[in-house]
Amino acid sequence: MKRPLRVVVAKPGLDGHDRGAKIIARAFRDAGFEVIYTGIFQTSEMIVRTVLEEDADILGLSILSGSHMHFAEEICGALREQAAREVLVIMGGILPPRDIPKVKEAGVAEVFGPGTPTARIVEYVREWQGAA
Amino acid sequence: MAATRMPNAVLQADQDQSDPVSPQSTDRAAWERTTLASSLDRLPRRQESFTTLSGLPIADLYTPDDVKGIDPLKDIGFPGEYPYTRGVHATMHRARPWTIRQVAGFGTAEDTNGRYKYLLDHGETGLSTDFDLPTLLGRDSDHPMGLPEIGRIGVAVDTLEDVRRLMADIPLDQVSTSYTINASAFVLIGMYEAVAKDQGVADNLITGTCQNDILKEYTAQNEYIYPPRDAVRLVVDTMEYAAKTMPRYNPVSVSGYHIREAGATAVQELAFTLGAGHCYVTEAMKRGIPADQVAPRVSFFWDIHNDFFEEICKLRAARRLWARMMRDWVGARDPRSWLMRAHSQTAGVSLTAQQPDNNIARTAIQALAAILGGTQSLHTNSKDEAYQIPSEGAIKIAVRTQQILALENRVADIIDPLAGSYYVENLTTRLEEEAEALLRQVLDRGGMVESIEDGFIQRQIADSSAAYQQALDEKREFMVGVNVHVDEDEELPFEHFELDPGMAERQIKRTQSIRRMRNQAETAAALKEVRAAAVNKENTMPAVSRAIRADATVGEICDVMREVYGEYSPPLVY
Repeated sequence: MKRPLRVVVAKPGLDGHDRGAKIIARAFRDAGFEVIYTGIFQTSEMIVRTVLEEDADILGLSILSGSHMHFAEEICGALREQAAREVLVIMGGILPPRDIPKVKEAGVAEVFGPGTPTARIVEYVREWQGAA
Repeated sequence: MAATRMPNAVLQADQDQSDPVSPQSTDRAAWERTTLASSLDRLPRRQESFTTLSGLPIADLYTPDDVKGIDPLKDIGFPGEYPYTRGVHATMHRARPWTIRQVAGFGTAEDTNGRYKYLLDHGETGLSTDFDLPTLLGRDSDHPMGLPEIGRIGVAVDTLEDVRRLMADIPLDQVSTSYTINASAFVLIGMYEAVAKDQGVADNLITGTCQNDILKEYTAQNEYIYPPRDAVRLVVDTMEYAAKTMPRYNPVSVSGYHIREAGATAVQELAFTLGAGHCYVTEAMKRGIPADQVAPRVSFFWDIHNDFFEEICKLRAARRLWARMMRDWVGARDPRSWLMRAHSQTAGVSLTAQQPDNNIARTAIQALAAILGGTQSLHTNSKDEAYQIPSEGAIKIAVRTQQILALENRVADIIDPLAGSYYVENLTTRLEEEAEALLRQVLDRGGMVESIEDGFIQRQIADSSAAYQQALDEKREFMVGVNVHVDEDEELPFEHFELDPGMAERQIKRTQSIRRMRNQAETAAALKEVRAAAVNKENTMPAVSRAIRADATVGEICDVMREVYGEYSPPLVY
């Protein structure tokens, strides 16, 4: 039997606005995933270490302060180098539309903006799992 | 088909109205049995039950029966008199309209100073400052964690020189300025005082406010550094210090705003905010500072959300409950200690990135609620604030919204016009009772600090937040343009605010050059004094003030406290 998906929900940087991160952590938990919520004030290194140590399938990053490019590049880059297998990186928060292709180029699979129903995010993850 | 049925329906309604046997009820029960019941037979309620945004039930109708327990003199009274339900001043907006106070902050001190001048030129009457994340968390701009965040969500401040440039050409005895900063507020208060004194402003003429409400950082906004107990000690230091050195300065603006934005209900916002104010005043009293020395300068900051009547009632309930808490719970004797003076901001969380023009309507209605609720100052959000630092054009609409309300709509000309409404008085009382019950739960658990340490308050807020999200997902709650009336092909927003790319480098350069040029022995000695005051549990502010004069940075002063108090790691509640 397949083990449940393991998801790390992380808040990189100094921003404390964690309403979205907590909502999505709860939604993943309610969907039956194993959720590790890192809390706030995480550096890229801390997040990557958590993903590796927890052997996570998915990393959800919540960023609202405008520092999304910096963290997308740092975190996705480190995961590509260090992770033994593919980790699905998704991002939630407020991104200007023209930055979305750029974070995707850095390695973020999908970006979920404000107003996204949590069910759509869960569904996206399940589809990815089905395809994998 | 539907179209052809319409005229018949209208005809039917007209006939009903001319029905000669229409009864005249003598009380609500009779009306419910007769007129209402027969109407509901034909046209049922459009939903099973109605509640406020905070989940309090809304009945079909409010009548004299619903205000029976409310004494018009004792409970509602007169403006400027206990219990202040109708307002903190006798004249309210008829003498002095609310202050138009838009928060601003981005980039370097010069960038934000330029924005201040733009706002003052367009008729703003007070200033308010947002700081960037490194400053809020007591890190200098060249700290490794600070780097990606310099100047992004507010202005970067590392040294006294930055505050000098931030406040350049702003007369601090004429324009009141508010600083939105908490964990490192003690340093910024010291810097503000130093700049005011350099401007030659007399102590008793320095006006202004600092948010400096650390408790809500642990429950909602999450920009904390030290453990709650030590952080509260720093807040009390600033209250005691400011009472002596800047008697007209408001060292604490107890904030429900962030609690509400984090997902709390209006009842939770009331309980945890007034609870925080109570905590600061009683902690000061434990140090032997009389309540009347600090309570008159405690002010409040509220979120004005979408439920129009509930928000008006919330401000009225807050005034009445705070007055009672200060007079009867802590025994403050000076009537100024009983006043719940309020700054309000329209709800950021209600803004949508989708169809951003709709935010103008939302904000205008929320602003009206704040004014009818008797606020002393107001920030109206800009339509683009859901996704960026507001553009000048959007800010102008937000300021103009307040000016239209003040100058065209006559709402500044009447004091507490909704008093006496059966619904408004009933809801004011219900909010007060519910908030008091929740606050008493907190106090029974040991108090605000204890209820933060064990996660009680965070759990309450997380549950409300999750319930609201679920209601949105299930379309029991609506956000126009987001989960209803969606524009399918909408391209998300237009003009995007650009930070000057050389800004971060300039900021770091200035800070490093000040660090290099200062008298190192003097700075080191001053920082040592800060440490000694913290270790000995003396008021740290005189030493902090000297360290600021010796060009110690925000990061250096906060690091001294980190060494003494340690850093806080919270329970993870979601």
